[in-house]
Amino acid sequence: MRDYSLFIPEFIAGGLAAAIIAAELFWPSIRRETLAYLTALAAVAWGVASLFYAGNDPESFQGLIQIDNFTTFFRLMGAGIVAVVALLSAQFLSGRTKTASEYYGLLLVAGCAMVYMASARELITAYIALELLSFCLYILVGYLKRDNLSSEASLKYILLGAFSSAIFLYGMSLIYGVTHSTYYDEIASSLASRSADTGQAAVVGFMLILAGVGFKVSAAPFQWWAPDAYEGAPLPVTAFLSTLSKAAGFALIIRLFTSALTPDAVEWRWAVAIVAGVTMTMGNLVAIQQTSMKRLIAYSSIGQVGYMLVVLAAIGWGDQEVGRNASTTLLLHLTGYVLSTLALFAALTAYFNRTGKDTITGMRGMAETQPFLAMVITVSLFSFAGLPFFAGFATKLFMFQASITGDLLWLVGLAVLNSFISLYYYLMVIRQMYLFNPEEGLTRFKVSPVLWATAGVLMLGVIFIGSYPAPAFEAAERATETLFEQGPSLEATAR
Amino acid sequence: MTFDEAQGYVVLATLAAPLLTMLLLVFVPGSQKMAVRYISLVAGAIMFGLSIYIFTAYQVGDGHNDIQMQLRWTWVENVAFLRQDGITLNLGVDGISATLALLNGIVAFAGTLVSWKLDFRTKDFFILFWMLVAGVYGTFFSLDLFFWFFFYELAVVPLYLLIGVWGSTRKEYGALKLTLMLVGGSALIWIGIFATVHEAGLGTFDMRQLWAAGADGTLDPTFQKTFFPFMVIGCGVLAALWPFHTWSPDGHMSAPTAVSMVHAGVLMKLGAFGVIRLGIQLMPEGAEFWMPTLMALGVTGALYGATAALTQRDFKLISGYSSVSHMGYVLMGLATMNSIGVTGAVLQMFSHGVMTALVFLMIGALYDQAHTRDMKDFGGLAKVMPVWVIFYTMAGLANVGLPGLSGFTAEFHIFVGTFRAYPLAGALAILAAALAAAYMLRMFAIVFFGPLNPRWAGLKEMTPLEKVSGGLLIASMLAMGLYWAPFTDRIGASVTLLPGVTG
Repeated sequence: MRDYSLFIPEFIAGGLAAAIIAAELFWPSIRRETLAYLTALAAVAWGVASLFYAGNDPESFQGLIQIDNFTTFFRLMGAGIVAVVALLSAQFLSGRTKTASEYYGLLLVAGCAMVYMASARELITAYIALELLSFCLYILVGYLKRDNLSSEASLKYILLGAFSSAIFLYGMSLIYGVTHSTYYDEIASSLASRSADTGQAAVVGFMLILAGVGFKVSAAPFQWWAPDAYEGAPLPVTAFLSTLSKAAGFALIIRLFTSALTPDAVEWRWAVAIVAGVTMTMGNLVAIQQTSMKRLIAYSSIGQVGYMLVVLAAIGWGDQEVGRNASTTLLLHLTGYVLSTLALFAALTAYFNRTGKDTITGMRGMAETQPFLAMVITVSLFSFAGLPFFAGFATKLFMFQASITGDLLWLVGLAVLNSFISLYYYLMVIRQMYLFNPEEGLTRFKVSPVLWATAGVLMLGVIFIGSYPAPAFEAAERATETLFEQGPSLEATAR
Repeated sequence: MTFDEAQGYVVLATLAAPLLTMLLLVFVPGSQKMAVRYISLVAGAIMFGLSIYIFTAYQVGDGHNDIQMQLRWTWVENVAFLRQDGITLNLGVDGISATLALLNGIVAFAGTLVSWKLDFRTKDFFILFWMLVAGVYGTFFSLDLFFWFFFYELAVVPLYLLIGVWGSTRKEYGALKLTLMLVGGSALIWIGIFATVHEAGLGTFDMRQLWAAGADGTLDPTFQKTFFPFMVIGCGVLAALWPFHTWSPDGHMSAPTAVSMVHAGVLMKLGAFGVIRLGIQLMPEGAEFWMPTLMALGVTGALYGATAALTQRDFKLISGYSSVSHMGYVLMGLATMNSIGVTGAVLQMFSHGVMTALVFLMIGALYDQAHTRDMKDFGGLAKVMPVWVIFYTMAGLANVGLPGLSGFTAEFHIFVGTFRAYPLAGALAILAAALAAAYMLRMFAIVFFGPLNPRWAGLKEMTPLEKVSGGLLIASMLAMGLYWAPFTDRIGASVTLLPGVTG
């Protein structure tokens, strides 16, 4: 059935995106901050509209796109991220570019792309959504075109992104060759009954798909673009990269692997476990040596991706129940991670707007000059490290606990050791802020009230998830309840 | 509401008091230093009072449960892998934790008094300080593994900043080393918790259900033997288990006075408490298998700490190594697995807690004026600071184990227990006690007596607040040394119920 009403939230977001892009055309004198706030409002409208789909029975658009609680979950997350990033950009962008409406429009479009990555149940649709997101990000990363670093980052990102898209496509074509379908449920049933002589093609296909999505979420050994892109991108775009593009990547991964590729889990799960282990170890070890805050966050987020991939390994090694529980905790962890990251960037942006510093040593003495921002940053970093009262403690504990199966204890152990390593470099940042005096001439200053409030609200969110995760946890569980039901066992009736 | 539940709210209030104080202090302007101090003083007094209440209200005898003052609220359940009662905020005390909560009340209050003169970022200091205290209370009270670990970690979080910002002598190095080693230990506990909850397969973090699983073989013996070391080394790092003790002297040397007091006085006990909760109670089979090893490590620690203390010149290093030695006794007591030895271990936790807090208080009182802690610089201080010398001597004598002070009570229990279980270890432990006398008397002779160095003629006596604080600690030492029945009754009642502990 072609029920276009399923897409009303994205019609709203997309339509407002077009209006915002057009705004500067017809009203050149509009203040660029106003555009940012309009974008945030548009994102809120989008989020509110998507709330109407929460709790409904899953509905499918031609078997291509599935609107269920999982989609709603990511719609809300996407709307939230876009709104916050728009607020972060307001002051940052106004002094640096002449035109800003494309920037804000693209934020909204990228948000829509995330939704279709989360809801696609067909490979070509998923691929198009992925490309839509990537193209938005290529432009956003290079948006400060007079800044060499920004342009360089964009170029690197485009080249490697195109390369990884090609790999992903090649993997898709092999899977199509084996299963004669691009629909997830048909792929699942074909894989369950495929003949033995297609084994090699299937395995190569899995590996290429894994490499393709691995590029997008910056899993090792496909992570090389990430630090450069993070460093060169405008600060709010770095926040966007490390939240929305990661969350979108994992939404696609979870949907794809739980509903299409589980029957052949034996063939890919070992690779996922290795990639997870290498990613977290590499990310955390390299993060230790960084001097730029953005690069540190890039490597730290690579480490976080490693932890999240543990869930994918658990989906491969465990039964359906383990897989579902692990996916639930992944969504919870993503929520906490996104909140912590946005809080961190809100504080960093506020500091950067004022001082122009984004190195680790540039944060020296922040506890004296801006105690509030120092506190927000400390809370976020402690949340990443998994210390109590902050989101990371509870969500990481749940995620690892849910991911344990008899064969994966070693990987969870490795993840715990890694989060121990990560504490070291987080402390190095905190050390700069609290243990040293600020440089000469820096005295206490105020930051813009919008950023102050944004950072404060996000920090409260981090503390809320950390001290009372039940509501978010239950929401995450509702979101995953249809994942496996639509999977291999019901393939005949799914469409 | 039953009476026991009503008392549960006392436990909750004791845990909530430091957290609410933190929250309140956040809203006090940083420039209002006196307000911050008075709020902290009142909060410390309230916690002290509540701790005394919990200790005295804990009933021993027939018809009384082991765990009393229980209160439980569901926190998360029936989501994902969590089933009924998945995670509950489940508070309660047994004889062991009631005693240790009292210790925390005493030391935290004493620490508040001593920090009165702290003048640099006072507000931030007290916020972190109460966070530390809340973590300690929470660990003692929690009967849910999730919250147990939550509070255990919470106690470690603020240490980096407390030492790094307000400390002295290589503070960055000491703070970093301490934090990383403690969190490294937590990582082992974390792995142990994951494995245990998964293996038990109950979908709950409720400690009492997990203890039952450990006792009835749901956690099979091989599993227990494998994961007992994770739990005990993880907790042992905090309890200065040799050879994982190296953070202790450096950390103590760098920490500010009040933090040293709480840290050496109470926080290290969390480690030993963890050995009881996560080791002996959760994995009795593992405990049986590994206890001889723990005994060997405990004896080594006791001897090593005492020997090392004998060669140090910095007061705080002497106390740091002496703490390693005394925590060695605690671990020995636990490793005996007989009721007198384990009771002795808990007595020693209390005794060492107040005694070492007093020592660090004395060192702080001197260092704040003299700005050096090198023993060789001093001499004849009895002439200028007589009260200070008397207080320090009391602490030192408790350290050595003089009858009438708490150290004697505790060490006597431990030695008797050890002789019953491992006679050779008992003999070595006595040797360590003799070494303790040597390093203490050596220090007294050099610092207190002899000719007065004219450089120190201007030293002032302790402030009244320090005297009050020290007096409180001395009173506690005397109480346990002269009349230990209230302690041994409560501790002994719970200790005999521990799985695997013989009479």
